[in-house]
Amino acid sequence: MAQSLAKQNRSRTAAIHLVLMVLSGFFMLPLLWMLSTALKPIEETMTQPPTWIPTRILWHNFSDAFTYGRDTLGYTPFLVYGRNTLVLCILGVAGTVVSNSLVAYAFARLKWKGRDFAFAVTLATMMVPFPVLMVPIYGMFKEFGWIGSFKPLWVPAWFGSAFAIFLLRQFFRSIPMELSEAAKIDGASEWAIYWQVVMPLAKPALAVIALFNFMGTWNDFLGPLIYLLDQKTFTLSLGLQVFQSQHGGTQWNLLMAASAIVVAPIILLFFFTQKQFIEGITMTGLKG
Amino acid sequence: MTLKEKKETRSALLFASPWVIGFCVFLAYPLLASIYYSFCDYSVLRPPVWIGLRNYTNLFQDEVFYKTLSNTAIYAIFALPLGMLVAIGLALLLNTKVRGLAVYRTIFFLPSLVPMVSLAVLWLWLFNGENGLVNIGLGFLGIKGPNWLSDPEWSKPALILLSLWGTGNAMVIYLAGLQDVPVQLYEAADLDGASPWDKVRNVTIPMISPVILFNLIMGIIGTLQVFTVPYVMFPGGSPARSTYFYTMYLFDNAFRYQKMGYACAMGWIMFVIILVLTMVSLRLSEKHVHYGGGA
Repeated sequence: MAQSLAKQNRSRTAAIHLVLMVLSGFFMLPLLWMLSTALKPIEETMTQPPTWIPTRILWHNFSDAFTYGRDTLGYTPFLVYGRNTLVLCILGVAGTVVSNSLVAYAFARLKWKGRDFAFAVTLATMMVPFPVLMVPIYGMFKEFGWIGSFKPLWVPAWFGSAFAIFLLRQFFRSIPMELSEAAKIDGASEWAIYWQVVMPLAKPALAVIALFNFMGTWNDFLGPLIYLLDQKTFTLSLGLQVFQSQHGGTQWNLLMAASAIVVAPIILLFFFTQKQFIEGITMTGLKG
Repeated sequence: MTLKEKKETRSALLFASPWVIGFCVFLAYPLLASIYYSFCDYSVLRPPVWIGLRNYTNLFQDEVFYKTLSNTAIYAIFALPLGMLVAIGLALLLNTKVRGLAVYRTIFFLPSLVPMVSLAVLWLWLFNGENGLVNIGLGFLGIKGPNWLSDPEWSKPALILLSLWGTGNAMVIYLAGLQDVPVQLYEAADLDGASPWDKVRNVTIPMISPVILFNLIMGIIGTLQVFTVPYVMFPGGSPARSTYFYTMYLFDNAFRYQKMGYACAMGWIMFVIILVLTMVSLRLSEKHVHYGGGA
């Protein structure tokens, strides 16, 4: 009896592994196909049956995609796109960490009248879809003379976002109040408590919001599409779309190489920060 | 108020000041301005001119408006439930304590990291009529694949299919929810002689129902705003406007046709739709969502 039960269990585990492996195939194939195509000569992208491992591996497809149009533009487009994206990511991450930690401190560690109501309003703002706000915000930035510059894409990050405030507030609340009280007895100011007590303990949560903001900026397409005018100021996402619309449907190998150039840093970032990633996503979904 | 309370309120205002400014400048003002513009003829180049309800009455006679609304609804009706099903299914499979969980989880999660534009470019290639991997795979099974990108019947299914590839994010949330379900509940069910399916239906699903509700609402808000992938894959909502979605038409009105007031009216209609759907989900969930335990 016990033996047959163990047998049944084993066959069940084997079945689950089989299903998981087939599904893993479906999830991995597109990325592997992108890499395979990116390394092929152009003729080989159209051979039937297709080859997974190119007969000739062309690493220079990557440098070709990277430098495409350099001679007519006078600069290396993807290098410039990459630099622009990185600048925006750094400014955005810095703004996110500074502004949201300050605001979350007020919501989590200080007592004031109307705090809970203000927090409820903050949460409710997450429901407002960006398309409703898009036109007036564009008009405002136009008044400021910011259209065509990077400012519309990073300045708002310095003024807080509901989602990050929510995440940090949850975390700040889990830090014992006794620590703040002890520091206060020692004569520490509110600012000193924020900077020397709470912030050092909140590093894991700060890493999560920094990571999410980095990803969001790297990914953003609509923002750069609306605000950037000169190709020299484009980000990787917008640059890739331009590349696609100019050379799409023909040079799939170069297109896949360009696409991989945009994906690779994010995948790399993931492998270095896997723990924060998984914890962060879990926090967003469960602590609601 | 005591002196201490006064002091604390003053520091709170100071600490919260970035958000106070951000809320006013990037939220409250644009929201109010957007209502006002929705009653105006406005092109950013010239000051807005009040025209009353004309934007709204024009919208309700605008064929393209209805077309984009129905495109978006059809997309959401399929992509949202299917995505939740796939994410919950994967999470349930991974929650069976199989070996190599971390590896599988990474594999299912990776695609959700791919930036939208890269994703769109990649799937343009995968859905290619002759040399795309999808049709090559179908041909392998003896099925002649459709022209995903140029047949209006198949363009939306293509977008729905590729949206399922990115469900890894939701899967991670569900998986964490599943791991929080107390083991004792399953043990009690075992004593009662419950089958695996009974346990999923009567223990697992009720216990993770708050997570499902959260994902549903976030999913509604996100799916109705679908923009980047179709914008890159199907310029102008081609073929035959079958992939012209609500936000794409709103964007075109605002920045291509300079009909900013019209675009604001569209934005408000979308906001109202989102609010109504969220209320309905919350109301319907009252009976079914189980708030207990720590989650």
